[in-house]
Amino acid sequence: MTGTAPAAETAGTGDAPASFLEVRDLKIHFPTDDGLVKSVDGLSFQLERGRTLGIVGESGSGKSVTSLGILGLHNKRNADVSGEIWLDGKELVGASQAEVRRLRGRNMSMIFQDPLSSMHPFYTVGHQIIEAYRVHNDVSKAVARKHAIDMLGRVGIPKPDKRVDDYPHLFSGGMRQRAMIAMALSCDPELLIADEPTTALDVTVQAQILDLIRDLQQEFNSAVIMITHDLGVVAELADDILVMYAGRAAEYAAVDDAFHRPLHPYTWGLLGSMPRLDRERSERLLPIEGSPPSLINVPSGCAFHPRCPYSELNGDRSTTERPELIELEPGHKAACHLPLEKRREIWNDEIRAKL
Amino acid sequence: MFAYIIRRLIGAVVMLLLVSLVTFGIFFWLPKLAGQTTDQIAASYVGKAPTAEAIQDTKERLGLDKPVVVQYGNYLKALAVGKDYKAGPVTDHCPAPCMGYSFRSSQPVLETLLDRAPATLSLAIGAAIVWLGVGISTGVVSALRRGSVWDRASMIIALAGVSLPIYFTGLVSLALFSYTFKIFPGGGSYTSVTDNPLRWFEALVLPWVTLAFLYAAMYARLTRAGMLETMNEDYIRTARAKGLPERTVVTKHALRASLTPIMTIFGLDLGLLLGGAVLTENTFGIPGLGRLAIDSIRSGDLPMVLGVTLLTATSIIVINLIVDLLYAVVDPRVRLG
Ligand SMILES: Nc1ncnc2c1ncn2[C@@H]1O[C@H](COP(=O)(O)OP(=O)(O)O)[C@@H](O)[C@H]1O
Ligand code: SF4
Ligand SMILES: [Mg+2]
Repeated sequence: MTGTAPAAETAGTGDAPASFLEVRDLKIHFPTDDGLVKSVDGLSFQLERGRTLGIVGESGSGKSVTSLGILGLHNKRNADVSGEIWLDGKELVGASQAEVRRLRGRNMSMIFQDPLSSMHPFYTVGHQIIEAYRVHNDVSKAVARKHAIDMLGRVGIPKPDKRVDDYPHLFSGGMRQRAMIAMALSCDPELLIADEPTTALDVTVQAQILDLIRDLQQEFNSAVIMITHDLGVVAELADDILVMYAGRAAEYAAVDDAFHRPLHPYTWGLLGSMPRLDRERSERLLPIEGSPPSLINVPSGCAFHPRCPYSELNGDRSTTERPELIELEPGHKAACHLPLEKRREIWNDEIRAKL
Repeated sequence: MFAYIIRRLIGAVVMLLLVSLVTFGIFFWLPKLAGQTTDQIAASYVGKAPTAEAIQDTKERLGLDKPVVVQYGNYLKALAVGKDYKAGPVTDHCPAPCMGYSFRSSQPVLETLLDRAPATLSLAIGAAIVWLGVGISTGVVSALRRGSVWDRASMIIALAGVSLPIYFTGLVSLALFSYTFKIFPGGGSYTSVTDNPLRWFEALVLPWVTLAFLYAAMYARLTRAGMLETMNEDYIRTARAKGLPERTVVTKHALRASLTPIMTIFGLDLGLLLGGAVLTENTFGIPGLGRLAIDSIRSGDLPMVLGVTLLTATSIIVINLIVDLLYAVVDPRVRLG
C-alpha cells in the first residue's frame, strides 16, 4: 500500500491533467420543491489506471450521486452539474450527451449495489451482456454470444454456456453480481466504478466478489472506484481513500495514512464504528453520534460540527468558517480547523487506544 | 410453462362454472327466494299477457317445479350439450350452448347473439386498435417530457376524455362530422363488412374514434404513470450505464416493462366491450350486442338478457385467459417462477 494521493494543484485550471481520471471541483445540485439539494459540493480527486480509490462515508453523503455524475447519468433537467471530469484527456461535464454515452460501457462502466433490481427481469443474462457488447462493438450476435459466455466464465460462473440463457431471477445473489460484473467488463473499460457492490450480498459471498474485482482489475489494468460504507472493504482493496461527508471530502489520503494516521475527526469516528475481525466480538462499537445532515440545510462552517466532539476547540471557527481540504503531509489531505499538532495528539492519546 | 397453462385453463373453467351458477341463481333461483311462485317465474318467461296455458307449458318446459339442484343440472346440460323441446307433435333441437328461445322473436337466443356479434366485434376491435396506438404513444411522450406543454395539454385532454360521457362526445362528433360537414355517414348506417367493406369502414369511423377517445384517455394516463415509475427503475439506469441510445432504453427496456400491467387492464376492457358497447351502439345506432341487451331488458325478454350476460362473462374470461398466457410469454418470472 503505497498510495500517493494527490496533488490536485491543477484544480480548476481547465487544462487537461496528467492523471487518467481527474475530477475537479465537482458540484451536483438538485433543485427541488423543498430547496436546493447540494448532494456533491466541490469534490476533487484523481485516479490512475491499475489503481483503486475507495470512497467511503455514511449513507447520504453523496457517493452514488458522484459516481452517476462521472458516468453522466444525471438528468440535465433536474440536476445542475458543474466542475470538470477528465477521463483520459477528455472533459466530460461539458461534453455532449452523445459523446458521453459512447464512453459509457466502453471506457467507463459501473457495477450497482443490487444486482437483482439492476438487471432487466424480462431479458436473459446473456441477452443483456450481448446488448452491452454489441452497442460498442460491430459484431454479429453469434460472436457477441461467444464473448458473453466467455465473460461469464471469467467471472467464475459455472456452466456459462448454459447459464447464458437464464433469466436474472434464476441466479443466486452472488452469481447475479458476478453476471453484472461480466456485463460491466464486457467492453474492457478503463474505469470501473463499483457502487457498494457487496452490500446486498451474504457475508460469505462478499469476500468472493471483492476477490473477483481485485483479480479482474489486475487482469484488465483498469482504474477502479470502490464505493462503500465499509472501511474493511477499502482496507482490503484500495490504494487511496476519499472520506466523504455531506457532499465534500473530509479526508483524502493513501489508505495506510488514513488508517494509521487519520487527520479528521469524522474519519476517527468511522474507524471507531468499524467492526474488526481481529478483535474480540464483545468489544463495543462506537457509532458516531447523531445522524448525517440534511443536504438542503448543510450546517454552517464545518458540516460535521453538530456531531464533532472537538468543535469547541477552535473558538467559533468550526461553526462559522468552512474548512478547506488542505495537504498537511505529502499526499495526505484533510478539512478541519484543529491545529495539526492537536490532531496528532488526540489521535495518538485518545482515539487509537480505544480502537 | 405447461403447468402454468394447465392451471390457467382450469381456472377459466372454474370461472365459467361460477358464471353459470351466478346467472342461474339470479335468473331462476333468486325470484323464488324473493317469494315468487313458480307460476309467476314461468310468466316472466312467456312474455307479455301470458295465458294460463302458456304458463303451464313454460313451467314444464323449464322444469320450474323440480328441485333447484335438478334445475341447475338441466341448465348446465342445456348449455353444454343442447336441449330438445317438445312443441306439440314436433321436437325442436336447441343446439349447445342452448340458452332457450327469445319470446319476442321465437328465435333461438344463440342465433340472435351470433347475428349481433359481428357489429360489436367490429366496433370493439377497431376502437381497441385506435386507443392502444393513441393512448400508449401519448402516455410515453408525456412521461418522457414530464411537465412540458405537450404533457400538460395531453393530460388535460385526457382528463376531458375520461370524464365526458360517450353519448355526449358521440353526439357532438355526429353533429360535427356527419350532419354539418357530411364527411361520415350519420347514425344507423352500419353495414356488415361482408356486404360492403367500404361502407362498413365509413360507418364505423366515428364510433371507433368516439369510443377510443374515452379509452385512449385512460390508457394515456396509465401509460404515463407506468413509464414514470419504470424510468426510475434500477435496470433503466443499468441500460443507460451500458451506453445504450436513449431510444433503445425507452422502447426496449422501459416500455416493455410498463406495458405488462396495461395488458391486464386491456384484457378486462376488451372482454367487457365484446359483450356490447351499450352507449356507443345506442348513440350511433349500431345493431350490436349492447343494443340487443337494452332492447331485451326493455321488453322483458329474459332468455335474451340471460344470453347476453353469459356471452359477456364468457368473453371476459376467455380474453383474460389469453392475457394470462401472453403474460407468461412477456414476463419470464411468471413462466418459470
Ligand atoms: N435526483 C435527486 N434529487 C434530489 N436529491 C437527490 C437526488 N439523487 C440523490 N439525491 C440526494 O443526494 C444525497 C446523496 O445521495 P447518495 O449519493 O445516493 O448518497 P450515498 O452516499 O448513500 O450514495 C441524498 O440525500 C439524496 O437524497
Ligand atoms: S472543523 Fe471543527 S467541527 Fe469540523 S471536524 Fe474539525 S474540529 Fe470538528
Ligand atoms: Mg449510495
